[in-house]
Amino acid sequence: MEKIQTIISKEWAEVFKNRLVLFSVAFLPLVFIAVPVVTVVAAGSLEGAAMEEFGGEGIPGAETLCQGMNAAECGEVFMLNIYSLMFMILPVAIPVTIAAYSIVGEKTTRSLEPLLATPITTSELLAGKALAAIIPAVVATWVSYLIYVALMRYLASAAAFRHLLDPLWLIAIFIVGPLLTLLAVSVATMISARVSDPRVAEQLSMVVIVPLILAIVGQSTGLFLFDRQLILIAAVVVALLDAVLLVLTVQAFQRETILTRWK
Amino acid sequence: MIQTENLTKRFDEQVAVESLTLEIAAGEVFGFLGPNGAGKTTTVRMLTCLIAPSAGRAVVAGCRLGEEDREIRRNVGILTETPGLYERLSAERNLVIFAHLYEVEDVAGQVEKYLRMLGLWSRRQDPAGTFSKGMKQKLAIARSLLHEPRLLFLDEPTAGLDPEASRLVRDFVTELKEQGRTIFLTTHNLDEAERLCDRIGVINTHLLVVDTPAELRRQLFGRQVVFHLGNDPDGFLSMVQEMSAVRHAQTRDNKLVLALEDPEADNPEIVRRLAAAGAEIQFVGELKHSLEDVYLQLVQTE
Repeated sequence: MEKIQTIISKEWAEVFKNRLVLFSVAFLPLVFIAVPVVTVVAAGSLEGAAMEEFGGEGIPGAETLCQGMNAAECGEVFMLNIYSLMFMILPVAIPVTIAAYSIVGEKTTRSLEPLLATPITTSELLAGKALAAIIPAVVATWVSYLIYVALMRYLASAAAFRHLLDPLWLIAIFIVGPLLTLLAVSVATMISARVSDPRVAEQLSMVVIVPLILAIVGQSTGLFLFDRQLILIAAVVVALLDAVLLVLTVQAFQRETILTRWK
Repeated sequence: MIQTENLTKRFDEQVAVESLTLEIAAGEVFGFLGPNGAGKTTTVRMLTCLIAPSAGRAVVAGCRLGEEDREIRRNVGILTETPGLYERLSAERNLVIFAHLYEVEDVAGQVEKYLRMLGLWSRRQDPAGTFSKGMKQKLAIARSLLHEPRLLFLDEPTAGLDPEASRLVRDFVTELKEQGRTIFLTTHNLDEAERLCDRIGVINTHLLVVDTPAELRRQLFGRQVVFHLGNDPDGFLSMVQEMSAVRHAQTRDNKLVLALEDPEADNPEIVRRLAAAGAEIQFVGELKHSLEDVYLQLVQTE
């Protein structure tokens, strides 16, 4: 356990000295908090009729989403639904940047060989590296989501705020989020084994975000609406993918392979 | 300290090291020479458990390779071909990380000891990336010693260093030798190998030869004595060739070059006979072959 802690603290000390990584970890959550705040405040300043027009007719799936709400509340719920879903991007985007720099960085500085020559086991090393990427991503997601919810308590209508407390979003952020983080780290680790530039690793690993963007598009166009059942199915699918990818990542992360084939 | 028996490493069809059988005693400085791609680094990586051998056996620092790898890693230190430092982190932080990974008990004490010993204490808070090549190499050496290994692998420790930094590193290796540590040194610098090593092994995928530098010279070239003459040496060539002590004789410019079994015993008689035959002997000396001559002879005749 001490060795895992050493790896984590080493990764953080090194990775967070990289401005690009620091920027993505700090800046993305701020953006994801700021956008809903600005939108909700702006929506609140709209004339009642305009908001009702948007909430009354322009909402895909309004009949399911807005039962017992007026048109303005329905509009807010619709917006917050999309913003909440956008928070699911954070647990993917943040660890990809950290993992890509952490693993490819070791390759470019050739620091893996002395590291692997110590009595650390491969699983300790892998766990340290993975946790160093997972922990900041999960913490940043949870903290920024809690800040977002707290702000909405004062800025959004009571009906819209109640909707944010739906178990659907709690499962999404607090369970599916970490599972997505693990998925992103596994993908980033495997891609990092094949490339020698952290930026390339980061960009390729970002492919994990594509299904999330499609989900946001689907939600905003009314193609489908996220409900508890759908989010639970997503949790199971991502967990299964995690299990498979974890096995593949551990197989790819063999000392000899790293030293002789990671070019 | 190291025993290997038919240690072999193949990468797919490519044989990197073939049937390496070697024994290195405790306290010995062993030089491992060979051309690029000869298998030096692969051997070091096998013996430090970084890669697994394809065949053969080895005992390193009293532990069986492939069975007690973690224990081997605890007991050996390695200076890799490139320093591989965390360049954004301070020198001290670099060492603290490795002290923890090597399970060092007194982390702060050991880090301070080696930073001071290698003259890096005043720069301990500076990022390793700001160091010169020589300083980086010294920091990497410090890292390899934190857990006080009795066996140290140094993979080309002076490669790419300027003469001053090379000398500092060599002096430090000498100091480590005096402390009784066993050192396995790979190098392309033959002068360095000659100065530092008790024995030398030359590898070109398979081990060509192992011995002391002096014995290698003797085996390959015998002992050669040069007689500088004031008159034409060709006139004396047939006479010396007939002498039983002379294994081989040739002339070069105004010199007679004779290969002898025992120059100390044979020289007086040769001098007497040459003088009696009218040779004007100006100077007599032993022809010294450099380790480079030995190395090139071995590798080129492979």
